[in-house]
Amino acid sequence: MHLDQVDVNAAYRVCAIDAPKGAPQIKGQLEDIGFLPGEQVTVLRKGLLGKGPYMVRVGASTFALRKSEARMIAVESASHV
Amino acid sequence: MSESKVHFFSSEPLVALLGNPNCGKTALFNLLTGSRQKVANYSGVTVERKEGRLTLESGKNIRILDLPGAYSLYPRSLDEKVTCNVLLGRAEGEKRPDLVICVLSAMNLRRNLRLVLAAKRLGLPCIVVLNMLDIAKRQGLQIDTAALSGELGLPVLTSIGIQSDGADEIKQFLANLDWRNLDGLRTGTSDATLENVASHIAHTETDNIQVQRILQNLKLDQIIPDQLSDRLDAVLLHPVLGPIILVALLFCIFQAVFSWATVPMDLIKSSVEYLGMHIGALLPDTWLRSLLINGILAGLGGVVIFLPQILILFFFILLLEESGYLPRAAYLLDRVMGSVGLSGRSFIPLLSSFACAIPGIMATRSISNARDRMVTILIAPMMTCSARLPVYALLISAFIPEQKLWAGIDLQGLVLFLLYLAGILGAMVVAWILKRFTSAQFKMNALMMELPSYHLPRLGNLAISLWQRAEIFLRRVGGIILLMTIGLWVLSSFPFPPEGATGSPIQYSFAGMIGQALTHVFSPIGFNWQISIALVPGMAAREVVVSSLATVYALSSSSIDASEALIPLISSGWSLATALSLLAWFVFAPQCLSTIAAVKRETGGWKIPVIMLSYLFGLAYLASFITYRLAIFLGLG
Repeated sequence: MHLDQVDVNAAYRVCAIDAPKGAPQIKGQLEDIGFLPGEQVTVLRKGLLGKGPYMVRVGASTFALRKSEARMIAVESASHV
Repeated sequence: MSESKVHFFSSEPLVALLGNPNCGKTALFNLLTGSRQKVANYSGVTVERKEGRLTLESGKNIRILDLPGAYSLYPRSLDEKVTCNVLLGRAEGEKRPDLVICVLSAMNLRRNLRLVLAAKRLGLPCIVVLNMLDIAKRQGLQIDTAALSGELGLPVLTSIGIQSDGADEIKQFLANLDWRNLDGLRTGTSDATLENVASHIAHTETDNIQVQRILQNLKLDQIIPDQLSDRLDAVLLHPVLGPIILVALLFCIFQAVFSWATVPMDLIKSSVEYLGMHIGALLPDTWLRSLLINGILAGLGGVVIFLPQILILFFFILLLEESGYLPRAAYLLDRVMGSVGLSGRSFIPLLSSFACAIPGIMATRSISNARDRMVTILIAPMMTCSARLPVYALLISAFIPEQKLWAGIDLQGLVLFLLYLAGILGAMVVAWILKRFTSAQFKMNALMMELPSYHLPRLGNLAISLWQRAEIFLRRVGGIILLMTIGLWVLSSFPFPPEGATGSPIQYSFAGMIGQALTHVFSPIGFNWQISIALVPGMAAREVVVSSLATVYALSSSSIDASEALIPLISSGWSLATALSLLAWFVFAPQCLSTIAAVKRETGGWKIPVIMLSYLFGLAYLASFITYRLAIFLGLG
């Protein structure tokens, strides 16, 4: 499951970053701002009609991500852990 | 052959402040150094360099450098690259810091601690400051600083960036430090190198595990959400209410910029005139007097007059930035900007450009994506800056009848609104075209923008930032703009008219000759030779065109109400088609050398300014041509 498919306001955990082949540097960029395996992540809003930008809380900080960026973040439900 | 440079540094110790963006580092820097700050650029790059001075209790002076915020020490943006280079002692003209202060936000230890672990590997003496402790306490977060210090192996101090005595613990620590031997604060080897991709990936993983362990040991692995920010966001980022509030806010800011600024602007205008009159009375009527009054004083006065508007606009922008609302405005606008290939981050520079394109172009530094930054710089001059207003006002009152349309809408006001709209639409079209023509590797433009918690802005911080903006603007006016003003004065004053000449002197000058030659270029779009000549000195600043027209029409150039005297002259002398064509010209034309100079400085070369100059000229010519021909076709010629 990726971050663009999750429910709003539900808690998830980051599993991995699947960066596209053309832009591998995005993985490191997302990791630097806190999208690391095991980190708790919640989508707070998905923008008008769910088209983004997404407002995402990761750890204790909040970021605005485009839908295309949210799509790269693989997550699992926090209750599995 | 390479030249080796020798740099001499002052003997005072250099302390660098390192921290994530939004950790309150700049507020802390202001607390430590107060108004004793110098703002400049790092050598060779347009990244702002802030240095300040702190006098310790012992009387010792130390220099404090506020490094650009960084999420990691693996550089991904220009800002982060500068931070890394300074810390490694590789930045040109910079001394390697003697001590690094890692500033942590107590509210976000997990992300901030990773930076501390990376900083420890640099091998520089290092201490840790836990900032925003007041907010953490209020939210029930108990941080055991002694335990944290034990985990990190570094001294941990605390600070409250928004309290006047909030940095006292740091000052005390620095005063008691033995500056000759800081080895006790050094944890790694001192020959550190820049992280490469492989080592960064390895470190990211181990650092993450270590941070998790530290947080668990300190019993801080619970996440406490900021409820006040969440409640504010429920309204301010609401899909319907949010944009409405944003538009209302922008409307109020614009009202304030234009209405509050009138008094100080009139004051500047009349003091420049007063000064000109008195200097004029003191000096004999020679070229020197003309240079001082018509050249330097009038030219600089014409630019400085925008300072009140720029300061009021920046006051609001800084207020929104300090409070945490500005990134949210960018969030709300990201979809609109995204449709033409930009991101929400371009919003702030474009907003500033409505006062003046120069601060707008300077504000593009916050855009990390290089392509987005170029596009934003290229379209910024199309935002209707306030220098166009005197020209619009002259032409509208001379040619557009004062009449009410339906619903009490004023026709003159409607035309003014349409001119603003034309600039915005033109900018969007150009951005959209540039999006299609830039290479595919840049198409993936990231947003990834942090939305920090809301804060009450502090007036002291606002005042310091505002003063720095004003200083940068005035320094520019005193430098390149002064030179260009003198250059244009020379063009408009020499050679002198021949004996017994009947026309106005400017007709016989270089500017006059250029203007006459330009008539061939401009006659297809309906400009007569008077307009063509006036456009030449108008390159200094757009509103100078009004006084130049007065000069060409042989009105007294010192006349305070040049535009009032001009209105009957031009409304009888020009056709409506010519007036509309000139209005269209001013929407797009690169009619301001100061902007071109600012672009050259910010982009570090002539390529972008030349592209800007040529495409804006082409666009203005096209728009005027269509307007003129259409107006003639409709029988308005």
